[in-house]
Amino acid sequence: MSSQALISVNNLVRYYGDVCAVSNISFELNAGDILGFLGPNGAGKSTTMRMLCGTLAPTEGEIRINGVDLLDKPGAAKAALGYLPETPPLYREMCVDEYLRYCAKLRRIEKSQIDDAMELAKQRCGLNDVSRRLIGNLSKGYQQRVGIAQAILHSPEVIILDEPTVGLDPIQIREIRELITELGTSHGIILSTHILPEVESVCNRVQIINEGTLVYASGMDALQEQKNTNRYEIALRQPPAMDDMLAVPCIDQIEPLAADRFIVQINSSAEELASAAVNNHWGLHKLVAQEHTLEQIFVNLTLGENVNT
Amino acid sequence: MIMTIAMRELRSMFLSPLAWSVLAVTQLIIAWSFFTQIDFFFSIQQQLTTMPNPPGVTDLVVMPTYEIASIILLMVTPLLTMRLISEERRNGSMALLLSSPVSMTQIVLGKFVGIVIFMLILVGMISLMPLSLMMGSTLDLGKLAAGAFALFMLLAAFSAAGLFLSSLTVNPVVAAVSSFGLLLLLWIINSNSGDNGENLLSQLSILAHFAPMLRGLINSADVAYFVLFIVTFLVLTIRQMDSQRLQA
Repeated sequence: MSSQALISVNNLVRYYGDVCAVSNISFELNAGDILGFLGPNGAGKSTTMRMLCGTLAPTEGEIRINGVDLLDKPGAAKAALGYLPETPPLYREMCVDEYLRYCAKLRRIEKSQIDDAMELAKQRCGLNDVSRRLIGNLSKGYQQRVGIAQAILHSPEVIILDEPTVGLDPIQIREIRELITELGTSHGIILSTHILPEVESVCNRVQIINEGTLVYASGMDALQEQKNTNRYEIALRQPPAMDDMLAVPCIDQIEPLAADRFIVQINSSAEELASAAVNNHWGLHKLVAQEHTLEQIFVNLTLGENVNT
Repeated sequence: MIMTIAMRELRSMFLSPLAWSVLAVTQLIIAWSFFTQIDFFFSIQQQLTTMPNPPGVTDLVVMPTYEIASIILLMVTPLLTMRLISEERRNGSMALLLSSPVSMTQIVLGKFVGIVIFMLILVGMISLMPLSLMMGSTLDLGKLAAGAFALFMLLAAFSAAGLFLSSLTVNPVVAAVSSFGLLLLLWIINSNSGDNGENLLSQLSILAHFAPMLRGLINSADVAYFVLFIVTFLVLTIRQMDSQRLQA
């Protein structure tokens, strides 16, 4: 694996007329990365992805795919790219095999390898049973799978998937997630989705875009660490006076939520808090860690507030 | 790569009922007018024998057939070209072409070659009718070839213009209406210019360049007109598609 980034994006700007859809985005994607790209509707996710794939020209900025400038040498750069747009780019009047063969030729796969590539892609996306069916007659989920098959057909270094699990049933979603995880070991993947648990289960990096700017970028492991918080919500049957609680050495701060529910900030482990509560007969019946979940970060950022750490 | 795109285009045309119905309807109407021409030829055959240098069956039957074909196809070509680009943009399948390692020129040429091959089939099928006369008569094959060539050049020019207008809109019907309007305008543009063939309008007119070829007169200026016509619209299409990437 090369040390070079698979995608490097520098100061990407895109205007639609006077409206700035994407402003000054920069990031990198390395091999083995599965980058979750999040943002509310209209934040510029799809615009960014379309620019990465060359279907939309950026107003300003530089995109390098596998080290090749997308604007200078689009042919060479696009050869390393697989793209599933929001609406899968299908021809309804063709059958699955015909369509995939056409895609293989477009992607300049060697003639002798086309059959193998098609077999592999069909098997990975579970399309073997529908090879001879017309794409227009397939269900939405199968059409989505054909779209994914098209994107991974030429085993590109970079795979860009715009909401890949839309329209799939839960079993298929699980299969596709497994497929993405498998592909992620050898390829770089960018994935946009609205389903936050999907990002948490599949991705190892996450980026949130809001109103055209990148507002959050972090590795998934950093996010996990942030979860180890020192804030707990407790519920007590016999709540003591605030001062009595503050007298307990492990408690730093208390925010009352209700008469019997509090958020406490502690300076040691949760066990100590629990034993203190038991020893003082507070009647502890609930102790919940206040995690910084992705959802919380997402909501805070996109509603214009800061993450409280 | 151009051929890959062209063959898919052609295949799609024949997978939808559109190509078949176009072939059937044009063939039917042209066949009808072909029979009328033959009928007319029989009715004036007596008078022809008295003329010192009479026009042959090629002039009286074959050429009018091509002429009728050209007028019918003026109306039909926009229906064939309307969906070339507009529908792909509407369905989102254009993203496949744009994210593949093919250039805009290859995409546009691929689509053009695809429709031109279809036109070649159409001209071939129309030419079968005059050729059938060879069973009972002798034809001026040179003139026949000139007529077929003229019709082919004409259809290629129609296709290039239709392709361009298809790239301007995502609505196939709008593309069809506007290409029909453009072609008709270019067809009749010199009709009010009198006999003065030197003015600019008749230089622009498709008919002014098509009619001599149909009479068997292949003039390099006329061929150049069609080639320039095609190249102009193809370049415009490529530029239009490039600018759409910037604006859309």
